[in-house]
Amino acid sequence: MKEYLVLRVITKLLLPFILLFGLYVQFHGDFGPGGGFQAGVIFAAGFVLYSLIFGVAAARKVLPVGILRAGLAGGVLIYAVVGVANLILGANYLEYTPLAETMKEGQHLGIFLVELGVGLTVASVMMTVYFTFATWRAN
Amino acid sequence: MEAWVDISILGLMAITAIAIAMLRNLLAVVMLSGIYSLLAASIFVVMDAVDVAFTEAAVGAGISTILFIGTLTLTTRIEKKPAHTPILPLVVVCITGAVLIFGTLDAAVYGDPQSPAMQDVARYYLENTKKHTGIPNVVTAVLASYRGYDTLGEVVVIFTAGIGVILLLGSWRRGLGTMKPHKDDKA
Repeated sequence: MKEYLVLRVITKLLLPFILLFGLYVQFHGDFGPGGGFQAGVIFAAGFVLYSLIFGVAAARKVLPVGILRAGLAGGVLIYAVVGVANLILGANYLEYTPLAETMKEGQHLGIFLVELGVGLTVASVMMTVYFTFATWRAN
Repeated sequence: MEAWVDISILGLMAITAIAIAMLRNLLAVVMLSGIYSLLAASIFVVMDAVDVAFTEAAVGAGISTILFIGTLTLTTRIEKKPAHTPILPLVVVCITGAVLIFGTLDAAVYGDPQSPAMQDVARYYLENTKKHTGIPNVVTAVLASYRGYDTLGEVVVIFTAGIGVILLLGSWRRGLGTMKPHKDDKA
């Protein structure tokens, strides 16, 4: 899409706001609507928009396949490890309470980490699926 | 006032659904299903379910539309004319719809505080979330803490979907459109 000047300029203009909004939704999910699922999708949507306008090859420079696959597995891993950390500290799986001094702080930290894992996996899966669809050609 | 908002949004949703059923141009169908999701999201906003509305708008109207368009680039844009008559599917849809509407007659009235769902766990969460977690958004607390184990399952489902797409459609590390069939594959 090299010829669409307006689309290219507007995309560059919008992209930081989309990504920032994704991060806001991710880390503000305790207080407002949102959380890992929505944030992951919004974050992925920013990169999908970028690759729609500038091509998948350009987006691939920012997000190599290794990083996406690490995020894909890493999100689930963060989630599961937070659960196991609770077991090691002597509580139930995903109980969060022993992660910090007080119960509320532990819950805050636990939910924060778990939502981070959710966002990471969702964003990576969405981008992986889009990039795979966009570059796959039937023989 | 709110009733009119509901009626107009639901009316638009019905029109969109009928248009989707009538159209043969799949690109237009994809666009209309995106609009349908956006209308569903606005219904959820009217019902004060902002978290659900957010997800519906982001996933249903946003990413699904993109993925459908991606699928269309791999297949065709025009749906083939069906070989069978639409009479039997129409009868099945009518019966299913009638059963669903019959089912809603027994459902609790929207927002009824006396309904069974509001009496037990919902009340427990509303009364104790602040005390247990100190988090104002009850939905997040339920999702990540009280029902954290279910959410782990959901994340694994999404993870599995991603793995499935990678396995089926191959790696894009191999480059743009250079995926070769295996030598044992029949053409």
